Amino acid sequence: MTLTIHDLRKESGSYLPGSAACPGCGATLAFRIASRVLGPNTVYVVPASCFSVIQSPFPKSAISAPLYNIAFPAAAATASGVYRAYKMLGKDINVVVWAGDGGTVDIGIQALSGAAERGEDIIYVCYDNEAYMNTGIQRSGATPLKAWTKTTPTGKREMPKDMPMIVAAHRVPYVATASVGYPFDLANKFEKAKRIRGFRYIHIFSTCPPGWNSPVSKTAEVAKLAVDTYFWPLYEIENGKLRITVKPRKRPLKEFLELQDRFRGLSEEEIEELERIVMEKWNFLLHLEKSERVF
Amino acid sequence: MAVEGTWEIITGNHAAAIAAKLARVKVVPAYPITPQTTIVEYIASFIESGHMDAEYIRVESEHSAMAAAIGASAAGVRAFTATASQGLLLMSEVLHWAAGSRLPIGMAVVNRAVGPPWNIHVDHQDTMSQRDTGWLQVYISSNQEVLDTILMMYKVAEHPDVLLPFMVCLDGFVLSHTYMPVNIPRQEEVDEFLPEYSPPHWKLDPENPITFGNLALPDEYQEMRWSMDLSMRRALDLIEDVAEEFFQKFGRYHGGATWKYKVEDADYVIVTAGTMASEAEVAVDELREEGMKVGLLKVRAFRPFPHRDVAEVLQDRKGVVVIDRSIAFSSGGPLGIEIRSSLYNRAGSPPIANYVTGLGGRDITYRDIIKMTKDGIGRITSDRLRRPYYWYKLKPEYEKIELSEEVRI
Repeated sequence: MTLTIHDLRKESGSYLPGSAACPGCGATLAFRIASRVLGPNTVYVVPASCFSVIQSPFPKSAISAPLYNIAFPAAAATASGVYRAYKMLGKDINVVVWAGDGGTVDIGIQALSGAAERGEDIIYVCYDNEAYMNTGIQRSGATPLKAWTKTTPTGKREMPKDMPMIVAAHRVPYVATASVGYPFDLANKFEKAKRIRGFRYIHIFSTCPPGWNSPVSKTAEVAKLAVDTYFWPLYEIENGKLRITVKPRKRPLKEFLELQDRFRGLSEEEIEELERIVMEKWNFLLHLEKSERVF
Repeated sequence: MAVEGTWEIITGNHAAAIAAKLARVKVVPAYPITPQTTIVEYIASFIESGHMDAEYIRVESEHSAMAAAIGASAAGVRAFTATASQGLLLMSEVLHWAAGSRLPIGMAVVNRAVGPPWNIHVDHQDTMSQRDTGWLQVYISSNQEVLDTILMMYKVAEHPDVLLPFMVCLDGFVLSHTYMPVNIPRQEEVDEFLPEYSPPHWKLDPENPITFGNLALPDEYQEMRWSMDLSMRRALDLIEDVAEEFFQKFGRYHGGATWKYKVEDADYVIVTAGTMASEAEVAVDELREEGMKVGLLKVRAFRPFPHRDVAEVLQDRKGVVVIDRSIAFSSGGPLGIEIRSSLYNRAGSPPIANYVTGLGGRDITYRDIIKMTKDGIGRITSDRLRRPYYWYKLKPEYEKIELSEEVRI
């Protein structure tokens, strides 16, 4: 079964008008789609992140599902506790962590790894805007090589952590990458994750116009180009088997880079270097796709 | 009519685990740390042998242990965990979170010194340093008191006027690993005393969706902290009421926020907490044999702090000797500081000699307490009480340096 726009239109989701998000926010786009698929029988756990602000200040809320805010490193552990309590009470409710990249790949990685290893029956979502955006654009373990942030003013010198693969190495039943530029791919991954039991992980490439200095009107385009240039390949790993879910015709990486000021001023050589890294990863994924099990 | 349970000879940690079972906690996140470890081991065996119906979460840190307890409690069930020392300190961030979320989580903290250097023995630095997290804290002197207090404190913590988490603090090894006779109440009796937890205000429930903990701006935040403070103060009377109710049902009384021993006619009162209070009881008897009219005020609840009770007992005495097992560096013993705060601005407030001792498991017996009491009384009666606090039982060469230091008050 594949979800289409007609299916998504029938669901209202848990995102209300009047949030405190920046214009063109990719994270809210992701939440709108995800919450439509997950439905109202869902509880969200949110660590410190842009979403702490996006939900809007007390006493109002832009989120119509139950949502619990927790300290930065603790989301996966808190969600574990929520899920176990529901298990004791005999309630079947989707327990979802909705976290940013800092709360996932850096400060939250320990609790995430613990919950994945224990096989907690939760969906962990990382909406990845590739830096600490809520504190005003500082590099994270998810920031790409050569990207400008306020703490990497001449460009990041390290590769980002390959978080989906790190989670997949825990041999959890479902890991997927997604992009807000491919909303139906994203929706269908949530649809699939919802039906699987155990620890599920979805890592969403999520455009951040203020952080990347990309045009607010081009959030979807940037996120689509990330996939089409192979900068952010879309795949899923179900019970260890990897499948690339979108195989677009390769576009030059430059088209993606030049829409964002965070990559401004890269030399031709540097762009070539990034292009090489991107192709290496893509070919590696093609190779993995042929294996019976990745992990 | 008090109901007799069964007698067992068990450790303080075993008593804490049995209390969690009797309280029918539904979720137990667990992480080992000496000297707490056997609590979560006992609970694992209760659950896996089918004697306890609960989810056991083998978390990867104490931070996650408390975060998971928070999640479980927010989802509407009774949660329990246990820790000590470094584990408690790692939890610190989420201790605040649990209290701010008004979640009545229960925790046994086995008091242990803080590193470096590594030291697994008793002092109160770990819990005393977390006094402002919004947790209720009760200090314990016997294994029976461990069991009974955990049951009582769930009742206090879950009261709609309180809704704050609690720590029951028991001295590492002195209680945690020492066998004592403990009367185990019957499950039916405990069920009557402590019914199933049902959150009175909110829980994570798709039927009634609430966003909890989002940004509160300066025009909202302060009242939320005030309400925690108010609840903490209201808990004082409840601790007394629940102790009375427990006495009626089970026939045991360990005191409310404080416990008093021979204070009625006392000229001098010793104030202390934890197992040093049991030693102090012996010290009081010995000193009375020698003709000194001494009493004991054991502080059970450090949070909420029983200021009125303390002041009423200590006012108009000739002097007070406060014995602390932790140090607020350059300021004194945390208990001594509170006692001063209870008495200041009150007519007839007595002089206070505060001693800091017993750190990292240095043994403090009734003999030491007699020495400190005599030293304190000597200073008070001969006008030699010049320092806000004194170190006791330093090695002689260190003692010499300490006493030669000029003290500026």
